[in-house]
Amino acid sequence: MADPRPATAPASGRLARLGAWIDERFPMSALWKEHMSEYLAPVNFNFWYYFGSLALFVLALQIVTGIFLTMSYKPSATEAFGSVEYIMRDVEWGWLIRYLHSTGASAFFIVIYLHMWRALIYGSHRKPRELLWIFGVLIYLALMAEAFFGYLLPWGNMSYWGAQVIVSLFGTFPVIGDSLVEWIRGDYFISDITLNRFFALHVVALPLVLIFLVVAHILALHEVGSSNPDGIDVKKLKAPDGTRLDSVAMHPYYTVKDLFGLSVFLVIFAGVVFFAPEMGGLFLEAPNFEPANPLLTPEHIAPVWYFTPYYAILRAIPAFAGTQVWGVLALFAAVLLLFFVPWLDRGAVRSIRYRGPIYKTALMVFAADFIMLGVCGLKPAVQPYTTLSVIGTIYYFAFFLLMPWYTRIDRHKPEPLRVRR
Amino acid sequence: MTHAWLLALAALPSLAGAAEGGFALEEANADVSNLASLQRGARNFVNYCLGCHSAKYMRYSQLGEDLALTEDELSANLMFTGSRVYDTMDTAMPAEKARQWFGNAPPDLSLIVRSRGADYVYTFLRAFYADPSRPTGVNNAVLPGTAMPHVLAGLQGLQRPRYEQVTGEDGHATEHLVGLEAGVPGELPAAAYDSFVRDTVAFLEYVAEPHKAKRLSLGVWVILFLLMFTAFTWFLYKEYWKDVK
Repeated sequence: MADPRPATAPASGRLARLGAWIDERFPMSALWKEHMSEYLAPVNFNFWYYFGSLALFVLALQIVTGIFLTMSYKPSATEAFGSVEYIMRDVEWGWLIRYLHSTGASAFFIVIYLHMWRALIYGSHRKPRELLWIFGVLIYLALMAEAFFGYLLPWGNMSYWGAQVIVSLFGTFPVIGDSLVEWIRGDYFISDITLNRFFALHVVALPLVLIFLVVAHILALHEVGSSNPDGIDVKKLKAPDGTRLDSVAMHPYYTVKDLFGLSVFLVIFAGVVFFAPEMGGLFLEAPNFEPANPLLTPEHIAPVWYFTPYYAILRAIPAFAGTQVWGVLALFAAVLLLFFVPWLDRGAVRSIRYRGPIYKTALMVFAADFIMLGVCGLKPAVQPYTTLSVIGTIYYFAFFLLMPWYTRIDRHKPEPLRVRR
Repeated sequence: MTHAWLLALAALPSLAGAAEGGFALEEANADVSNLASLQRGARNFVNYCLGCHSAKYMRYSQLGEDLALTEDELSANLMFTGSRVYDTMDTAMPAEKARQWFGNAPPDLSLIVRSRGADYVYTFLRAFYADPSRPTGVNNAVLPGTAMPHVLAGLQGLQRPRYEQVTGEDGHATEHLVGLEAGVPGELPAAAYDSFVRDTVAFLEYVAEPHKAKRLSLGVWVILFLLMFTAFTWFLYKEYWKDVK
């Protein structure tokens, strides 16, 4: 068992005196100790525990590259498309900054999806981490809004029509629908006005919300402490002398480990940025290299890949009683259900390692189902994708809504007393 | 080729598939790393395309830098529209007049390869055929009903369409375009015309993303650095965790 870092040496020398001066006025050392050098995390984190720090890195990357893009981007319907090309061609390293940002958007979702998957397999959302999970789902929601607003900004034809389709979803609400859509757009169609407000929301409002939520997420995590792949409570494991067992300090142990995770991530990330920034049309879509044209609908409108599971759910629900609103409601319900997972899950143990066969199967099928829905959402609404979307949607809801029942009857294995290494 | 897998990854974005008319696209095999091909393509573009189409995001100065041309070579060979070296490649044809003449303004070609794909442009430029029913006297198998006249007819000549009679379910026979065959010969033999188009497409592919060559070559070094960095962080991680029992 490693000891936490030794306390800082007594103040001597200029730097230490400066530190002491600050500490009398601001809890610098106290914060460092509380959240880094003396924050104890379980010793048995595995591969799935890299994605939290990676999400934090991608957030920082998006903010920094976003600031530089904003310096050259023009949020106006006549200039936006040209200003993106200006960035790609005339701005020093502009192409790199833009590709980092566009690839970063997709990377953010990949990392977040894997981070959420980690919570589902190891039961990280279970008591007492419900609020931590809720902050996480709020981050996911804010991220979806952030990505949606950002996607309009290049003002390509897919930006335009994608926004058109998504905004018009709100038009399906009875009575208020039309005025709601008009209120969102600020105009009778997606226009310069819409572009301007989406720009404001993308570069100011949602980044602020995201940063606030991320801080809340980390504070909640450090209040309750991290869970681990065994799902047992390491906080209770104490040696006779009162020190925590099976735990190591965040710094330096997990900072160096996460640094390694980050370097592996960067190799893959750079591979995409430098060799496949369009990712075969998944990250940057071909019709988006044509400027927005309200008179020319792209042959096939699909949202960017990270929205497509929900898009498939939307399309799977048929119009009913003369309105399309049911699909839209299903779409919102599919996302909002995530908030309730900590209470839907009634399993006696947290981790997949000690869960019974029912939850194991249900969860693995759910992962496959989510990917299948994503593929269906990318494809045109033809067979077999329409049928698969319906099956996928039914399973998606069944997985969550039947969870209280099947997790309770599931057989589970006994949890170990100490974490497995 | 040591970085074959990287290049394979880079090739992913190329658009595969058929054109709107169902006419199969042929592979352009354009090589943006071939400087001579790009220079010939630039000449072709300026002589045959720029009269009507702009490449309004492309700067002559960037072109000179990337295609290894001096300012004098640029202005002597590629700049005929009274532009200066820091200008973009705008067409001399006024958009309003173009709309009157052709029905719609010829599209800007800066990004045509990124929005449609190199194979599309390559096949399109080789798919004009005689069609007396059209105001221009020609039609195009890739983009049926195009307003574009066959400006390269002098080089390619004029192809003849080959139709096939198809009897529909209603017993009504309709003609379907199944292929194109040589008709009136042009200045260039077929193979020479293909390579003329290939050079032009290579140039347009370069114009669509002028920094692509830099991106690919820099990428190799970035990945190599990151792999070394990963090895370093791995040993750092192992060193720190040695004492964790």
